[in-house]
Amino acid sequence: MTARLSLGATPRPVISVRHLSKAYPLRVWWGGRGHVFQAVRDVSFDIAPGETLGLVGESGSGKSTIGRAVTMLNPPTAGTVAFEGTDLATLTPQAMRRMRSRIQTVFQDPYAALNPRMSVGAYVAEAFRLHRPEMAAQDRRDAVAQLFGRVGLDPVFMVRYPHQFSGGQRQRICIARAIALKPSFIVADEPIAALDVSIQAQVVNLLQDLQADLGLSYLFISHDLRMVRYLCHRVAVLWRGRIVELAESDRLYDDPRHPYTRRLLAAVPLPDPAAERARLAAAAPAPHGAGLPGDLVEVAPGHWVAAED
Amino acid sequence: MTGSVGPPLLDVRDLRVAFDTEGGVVHAVNGISYTLHEGETLGVVGESGSGKSVHVLAMLGLIPRPPGRIVGGQVLFRGRDLLALPERHLRRVRGAEIGFVFQDPMSSLNPGMTVAAQIIEPLRIHLGLDRRAARARARDLLDLVRIPDAAARLDQYPHEFSGGQRQRVMIAIGLACRPKLLIADEATTALDVTVQAEIIALVQELKRELGMAIIWITHDLGVVAGLSDTVQVMYAGRILERGPVDDIFRDPRNAYTLGLLRSLPDLSRGRAGRRRLQQIDGSPPDMHHPPPGDPFAPRNTYATPRCRTEMPPLIQAPGAAPGHLVAAWYDLPARLAEERAP
Amino acid sequence: MSTGTPVTGAAGIAAPARIREPGSLAAFWRRLCARPGAVIGLAIVVAVVGMAALADVIAPYDPTATDWGAVRAAPSLAHPFGGDEVGRDVLSRIIYGARASLGAGLVSVGLAVALGLPIGLVAGYAGGWVDGAIMRLTDALLAIPFLILAIALAAFLGPSLTNAMLAIGLSATSIFVRLTRAQVRAVAAEEFVEAARAVGNPPWRIALVHILPNIVPAILVQATLTIAAAIIAEASLSFLGLGQQPPEPSWGAMLNVAKNFMEQAPWMAIWPGVSIFLAVLAFNLLGDGLRDALDPRQRT
Repeated sequence: MTARLSLGATPRPVISVRHLSKAYPLRVWWGGRGHVFQAVRDVSFDIAPGETLGLVGESGSGKSTIGRAVTMLNPPTAGTVAFEGTDLATLTPQAMRRMRSRIQTVFQDPYAALNPRMSVGAYVAEAFRLHRPEMAAQDRRDAVAQLFGRVGLDPVFMVRYPHQFSGGQRQRICIARAIALKPSFIVADEPIAALDVSIQAQVVNLLQDLQADLGLSYLFISHDLRMVRYLCHRVAVLWRGRIVELAESDRLYDDPRHPYTRRLLAAVPLPDPAAERARLAAAAPAPHGAGLPGDLVEVAPGHWVAAED
Repeated sequence: MTGSVGPPLLDVRDLRVAFDTEGGVVHAVNGISYTLHEGETLGVVGESGSGKSVHVLAMLGLIPRPPGRIVGGQVLFRGRDLLALPERHLRRVRGAEIGFVFQDPMSSLNPGMTVAAQIIEPLRIHLGLDRRAARARARDLLDLVRIPDAAARLDQYPHEFSGGQRQRVMIAIGLACRPKLLIADEATTALDVTVQAEIIALVQELKRELGMAIIWITHDLGVVAGLSDTVQVMYAGRILERGPVDDIFRDPRNAYTLGLLRSLPDLSRGRAGRRRLQQIDGSPPDMHHPPPGDPFAPRNTYATPRCRTEMPPLIQAPGAAPGHLVAAWYDLPARLAEERAP
Repeated sequence: MSTGTPVTGAAGIAAPARIREPGSLAAFWRRLCARPGAVIGLAIVVAVVGMAALADVIAPYDPTATDWGAVRAAPSLAHPFGGDEVGRDVLSRIIYGARASLGAGLVSVGLAVALGLPIGLVAGYAGGWVDGAIMRLTDALLAIPFLILAIALAAFLGPSLTNAMLAIGLSATSIFVRLTRAQVRAVAAEEFVEAARAVGNPPWRIALVHILPNIVPAILVQATLTIAAAIIAEASLSFLGLGQQPPEPSWGAMLNVAKNFMEQAPWMAIWPGVSIFLAVLAFNLLGDGLRDALDPRQRT
């Protein structure tokens, strides 16, 4: 079944995740063997070149765990992650570090993701230092200056330190470093959640422009359902560590099949007073069963829904 | 609601708040004035640094002084100036006549006290109830905020409640003394979207049952749209626009309000018909060195030369619904019409 | 509100919206100078260091030269701090004694940091059994009072100033192992360390380039406070005869001799006592001031 999870006749996926699980052992004083907390269970998906897959879910659904497992920052306990055909689990630490030039992450909190004691120019240049050691210092500076321009920052700011920048500017710096080595895949883990409303659209537009220019694939992790519909080609809805629904984003938003997806979509406040009052007046879909979601079934081409247990 | 007669419940007059920091003086609130009537719900929208939270904390005497200081203004609550009240009188107003709910239900509750003790505390202080009466009222309050099996849960500790339930408990505490005014500061921001929906629905019902006025502070225009009678948009310590909720969303007169509304993607719009998101360029102002004139002018494509030098007054917007106020030197509807006609 | 240039117009607008992180050196200096205690501490430290460095120039007499006319002499114009039991000038011995006391403080703490920092870095960053083993050993050492451990080590190594410094340094090492480890654990949990891994940094580079610069302030504060403790330790060891050996001066050794002449020549004890007191106070004040000036929570 998993081989058909990708959408239509795509070329070879950039990233292919199969039966990924992540369990955390729970410490027990003595006795009680093998207690584990299953943060993510049996998750599979593909992302095609140039595609954005949205991963939505609420706190504790395991969406960030998947992001960190896919990039091997916190490797999965079961399942495989294949990047351009290479099983990442088989790589040595050195080979994995080299691979990081192709797989990048943009983190949630641009205040925490920058080293406070490193100039932002040096922070971006680090990508070249690590992966292009042969580069001359002047070439490296030029490349960083170009990246600053690419993300909409004046290169004269390269010598400054993170505290001299606003949240949106910091996120641009993080993005500059992420695209420095021309990766093919970026995990964006709640990249706009910590930003002011007036800045969010700037960053989403930037991500979109970069995708068009560089042919990037994104795993866009977010709880902002409005932005996910706007940005993502396909969307996976996560609940209790499993995917309960996966479909093209228009399909998923217009014809949600899983009760949890419906509940989630019905909860989004609408920036239109009449519509929002009507939404509040309508009875919210009741929370459904406490059971764990079952395996995915294809209800229409490319539209997968978890079976009820 | 907004047109109701009689003296307002809350009358804020030219409130100014500043903070003395190492980088200089930060003028967090720059002379804001507004009124709130009994039973009215005011949605205050703004981003970080807008002064939306600071101004309510200041009027309740809750900003740390120093570094904060109230530079000027009056806050008349039922005719009394809160800024002139001595702290012990203000304490009687806070929690009794004005209840509040803050953003983080995790850190607002004391983890070492049972929920009952934390609800009972204000009841005994403010209403002088004896222990048994207070306990009975605490149980009623948990019922009121729809916590199932209230009697049994009174003696539990905060960690035994989920995030959403903790925020319900906070609301119960906020409502304990039947306040005339409930202030909620980003009360659903830390919650999941489904839990947020439940809390908003609860507040709607409580408002119908109890009839208190509400100031709902948030950055989320969607939350404001459903809850509010009146919406007030703040930026850099000033009110840029204020008016009845439907008018603000249908007929925004300030470019910042318009920008916020336009930068939100539409949940019901498919990918086929979508346009590039209309972003607001630039960054919020550095409050150590705010720009002269209209603080939004540097990011505003509709700004006129006058915007860059002089702050426009907040006045009735011409041709708009009564009570729809705007601070702008430019005529936004006219400019938008020009844009449409090429 | 432009509708569409691919790159936004954020360029050129540098809005430092929130200041949360350590600022420039100038800002740090301003914060330090805003604290009277720190300024007084720094002034005394500078004075003592200057005194030790320029001892050859400013001391009126050779610290070991005896003058039979000045035996246990009360303070006078010729000998402002008086004379000791064999007629040496107490002022000159105080000035030269600063070398032993300061040297003991700086060298021993330097040794403790040089050993403790790398060990703590390894323990904190490697984790696992390496961390467990290092921390159990450190806990065991920390269970013994600092001074007792230093005395035991010095007695084992034999009496000399060098051995006293070695003993004090080794005794203080566990303090820095523990502090460094705790700091490393805290910084390693920050998102920028994860970001460093995500871009492909090898572990050694994360430890040295991303973590180390962020723990230096805490180490610096602790080092300053430990120098004060080391000065007391050196005085104690010298007082017990385990530190500076006669006839070379050190404040502790001077006290050791002076205790026999408390009634006849109290100045012999008062001046080294005051010197120790002031030096220790100065380093403590400076350490507290540094902690306040370097603590990010101090600036909002």
